[in-house]
Order: sequence, then C-alpha cells, then structure tokens
Amino acid sequence: MKREIPLLIVLVFGVFMAFQYFVPHRISSNIYQEFNNWTIIIGIFTMVIGIASLLSVHYSKIRFRKEGWGYSFVTIISLIGMAGLGLFGGMENDLFIHFYRFGLSPVTATMFALLAFFIASAAYRAFRARTVLSTLLLLAAVIVMLGRVPIGEIISGWLPEPLQLSKISEFLLYVPNTAAKRTIYIGVGLGVAAVSLKIILGIERTWLGGDGK
Amino acid sequence: MRLAIGLAASLFLLSVTAVAEISGAALDTTPAIPSNPIKNCRITDKPNDVGGALTLEWELVPSISAAGYAGEIAIYRSTAAEGPYELAATLPGNALRYEDSGLKDHVCYYYRLIYIEEGIESAAFEAGSGVAAGQWFHTGRIPILILMLLFSATAVFFIKRARSGYTFKVRPIAGINAVDEAIGRATEMGRPILYVPGLGTAADVATIAAFTILARVARKTAEYNTRVIVPNYDPVVMTVCQEVVREAYSAAGKPDLYDPKDVFYVTQDQFPYTAAVNGIILREKTATNFYMGMFYAESLVLAETGFVAGSIQIAGTDQLVQIPFFVCACDFVLMGEELYAASAYLSKEPQQLGTLKAQDWGKVTIAALIIIGTIFATFGWKSFAAWFNVG
Repeated sequence: MKREIPLLIVLVFGVFMAFQYFVPHRISSNIYQEFNNWTIIIGIFTMVIGIASLLSVHYSKIRFRKEGWGYSFVTIISLIGMAGLGLFGGMENDLFIHFYRFGLSPVTATMFALLAFFIASAAYRAFRARTVLSTLLLLAAVIVMLGRVPIGEIISGWLPEPLQLSKISEFLLYVPNTAAKRTIYIGVGLGVAAVSLKIILGIERTWLGGDGK
Repeated sequence: MRLAIGLAASLFLLSVTAVAEISGAALDTTPAIPSNPIKNCRITDKPNDVGGALTLEWELVPSISAAGYAGEIAIYRSTAAEGPYELAATLPGNALRYEDSGLKDHVCYYYRLIYIEEGIESAAFEAGSGVAAGQWFHTGRIPILILMLLFSATAVFFIKRARSGYTFKVRPIAGINAVDEAIGRATEMGRPILYVPGLGTAADVATIAAFTILARVARKTAEYNTRVIVPNYDPVVMTVCQEVVREAYSAAGKPDLYDPKDVFYVTQDQFPYTAAVNGIILREKTATNFYMGMFYAESLVLAETGFVAGSIQIAGTDQLVQIPFFVCACDFVLMGEELYAASAYLSKEPQQLGTLKAQDWGKVTIAALIIIGTIFATFGWKSFAAWFNVG
C-alpha cells in the first residue's frame, strides 16, 4: 500500500492534468488553479523542513569544529538575524532593507559578475583549434562575433552582400543554428512526453525513492 | 494722399477677409455623420475560453472610412433590451472588433454602438444580443490531442511488445556510460561525489530525471562506500532526494552508511546557492561532479569551478542555452532528450526501453510532417501548416 497509493494519486492527477489542457471551461481552470495553490502550500511546509536541514548541517559543523565552521556560524547568525528583523520589524524595516540592499544584493551581483571571467576562460578552451570540428567552431564563432559588431562592416563592407560578415553571421544564426536548436527542442518535447507517460503509467517509479520497487 | 492709401488698404484688407471667410465656408470639410455609420454587427460567444466573454464584430459605412476614422466608437451594454445601458468601452474610430470580458455566463447581454465625432453622436445602432459560456473542449488544440493520443498508443504498443520478450537495441550514451567510471575514480581517490539536482522544482520533468540518475549514483556510492553530497535549491526537491538516497543505500544493503546531513537544503537564491556549491567543490575537493536537471546562468560558474578543481564532471540538462556552457567545461554532457533517456538506459528494463522506441517513432512522424508541410508550403498550400497553429 505504501507504493500503491502514491501511484494511484499520480495516475489520477496525471490523467486529469493532461486532459485539463483541452478543457478551457471555468470549472476545469478553477480546479487546476486550486491544485496549483496546494502545490504552493506544500512548498511552504517543506520550507520549514529545508530550514531545519540547513540549521542541522551547520550546527553540526560548529559543534564538531569541522573545517570552515566559522562560515557556518555566519550562516546561522545571518539566517536568524534576517528572519528576526523581518518578523519583528516588518519588511519595510530600515535595518532589514539596509542589510538586504548593501549586504546580500552586492554579494549576489558579484557572483553573477564572475560569469564574465568564466565565459572568457571557457571560450578560450572551446575555441582552441585542435581538431577539424573545433576549427569549424572557432571559424563560426569568429564570423558571428565580427558580423555582430561595426568592425565587421568595415572589414567586409566592400564585398558583395552575400559575402559580408554580417550576412554570413545572420545565415549561421538563423539557419543552421536554428535548425539544430529546433531538433533539440523536438527531442526534449518527446522526452518530456515519454517520461510523463512512464510516471503516469507507473513504469518510472524512482521518484518514490530507491528503485521504486 | 495718405487718406486715399489708408482707404485702399482698408478696402483690400476687408476684401481679403471676406474672400477668406467665403473660402473657409466653402472648404469646411467637417463630415456630417451618417445616421447609421455602423452596420452588420455580429455578437458571438468567444470560442475556446473559460467563459464570460463575447466578441463583437461590425462594419463601417464607406463614408466613415473615407473620413479617416477621426471619431470614436462607444459601446454600451445592458442585460435588458430596453436598458438601462452602461458604457462598456470607447474604441478608436477605425475599430471593427471588441472583446467584452468579465461577463456572467448564461446571461443575455444587449449592445448599442454609437459613433462619435467632434462631440456629435450618431444614432444608436442596436447591435443585438449574445450569451457568454465556457467551452468544454478547446477545438484549437485538436492537433495536439491527436498527436498525444498517437504517441501514447505507440508507447503502449512498444511497452507491450517489450513485455512479450522483444529486445530493443539502444545506442550507447557516453555520458551515462561514464557514470560508473566516475564513481570508481572518486572511490580510488577517497574523495566525495557532488550531485547537483539543479534549480528546478519537483514538478519539472528534468528534475524528475535527475532523481532517477541520483538513485543509480547513490546505489553505486553505497556499494563503493563513497560519500555523495547533494546540496539542494528547493526544499521539496531536497525531501525527494533524501528519500531517493536513503532508499538506494537500503537497497545496497548499507542503510547505516546513509547520512541525512549529506543531502541538505542551501537556499532558494540563485547565486548564493551557486556560491555555496562552489565552496563545497573547493573545500571538499570532490572527485566527481554531477549536474543534472534545470540550470540557468549559474551553469558555467559551477562547471568552471569544478574544472579548475580538477573534478570529473558529467552534466545533463534540457535547457538549450546552458548546453554549450556545459559542453565547454564538462567531460560528458547529456543533451536534452538524453537526460530523459537516462532512466530507461540505466534501468535496462524492457518496458522503459519501449518508450525510447516510441520517442524514435515520434521523431520520425514529426520529421515527416515537417517535410510534407514544407512541400505544401512551397506549392502555396499553407492550410496544412496552419492546422498546427494551436491556440
């Protein structure tokens, strides 16, 4: 029964959700909305479990003085401090906003900004012409990059229009690139449909834990 | 002399003014609004909707069209033919359509349309009445329903065929084949494995596929006595991951090795989560990193950090934009559908492999439809392609 009841729930709700897409009536959309609301409610309850997990992991690190336990201390203090400020001072509390705006936001922005450096190093590796395919990749990348900036126009502006870098760049982006992207999209769409079907029919049960048996 | 000049100038000015007034009167182009500028109004229930909406479509007489639609059209609505009518909307003079929403279902609504130009109103046009109702079937989605039923029938056919003993050949997927090798390497090095289930929720199919691969990875790590660390972005995903790993350790006969603190929640903020995972990679010196599920801008930051740390990295995502980043920084990548094929490939169950066959036939069908549509469109018959424009 431990397995059968969840499988039955998935079957009923999976079939309902699949056919709900074809029923635009208000009753159908209201039920759909109600289920979505329940998903949000369940999500909020699991947030409590999530916070408990976070506290447990970091408390354990502090207690046993594991490597980097100081960071765990900062995490717990930040969590309790920000939650306390928000709960007792409200979301408009100056101190709460101050910590958010001048503490969390810059740190988050810094992490995002690091992406630029990571892109540079990854691009350097990807564009090394070691094989025929990587040489083609490098060539395509150079054409696309030059074709999207004014210097590309200056270099190739005197050539017949089909040979200009901007036109070749457009062709590469909108024809072979789009074709490849759509192929992946079709594969993903069919993959999603297949996995959904397997879950609804109870063939795929790993989400139940272990091998689902 | 001065008097004569002044008199002449006055006469000239008077004559000019008079001519201007006469010309002005002659050139006054303000149109007289026809008594019935609006005609042939049709009121229909909005098709394929939740209900509560009517569509009004009308025509304008040619003289109004020629005047350049300078006026406005006021739409009045009432629940009784005799009124009282209330203003529902005011539209530009060239409007030929209006969708009235927020109505009650199964109530008859009457409409009057009035053309207004420079404050002058035409006679009210009795547009008629309509009743709004929701539909029980979306006719614009018939092609999707047919394809869905066709795909499901094909999948069930291949599943039954697999159950009857037929074996399907599946092409090898390098990324999945490398899973065991990567876990073995971590065991030899005595270092832990990192498994990142992405930023998706438990409702995303990519995350569900990530659970499947996690089950396999956790089973192997349990067999090899290797630690697996699973930092989570979503608390629901964390709960499922904990269950998957715990069950995998039990299935491997080593439930005591499972540590719930290795499958933990971090935060639901994208870049703080990224920072935390990067910290784990660098501090724990993970030998193997798995990135499976839905990833966004953090994909490259994570994968590059793992590359710098010298970890073997296997990634799998259906997020098209992130695939090139993973290709650059990871050793193996499961692209799009390969992520979904992983569960069938890993389990080797005939039933699961049957759905892979259905996917292949689905691709063949779509390719055939694309070729047929291209040929028809080349010869100018676009209605075939238009049939697939779903609402």
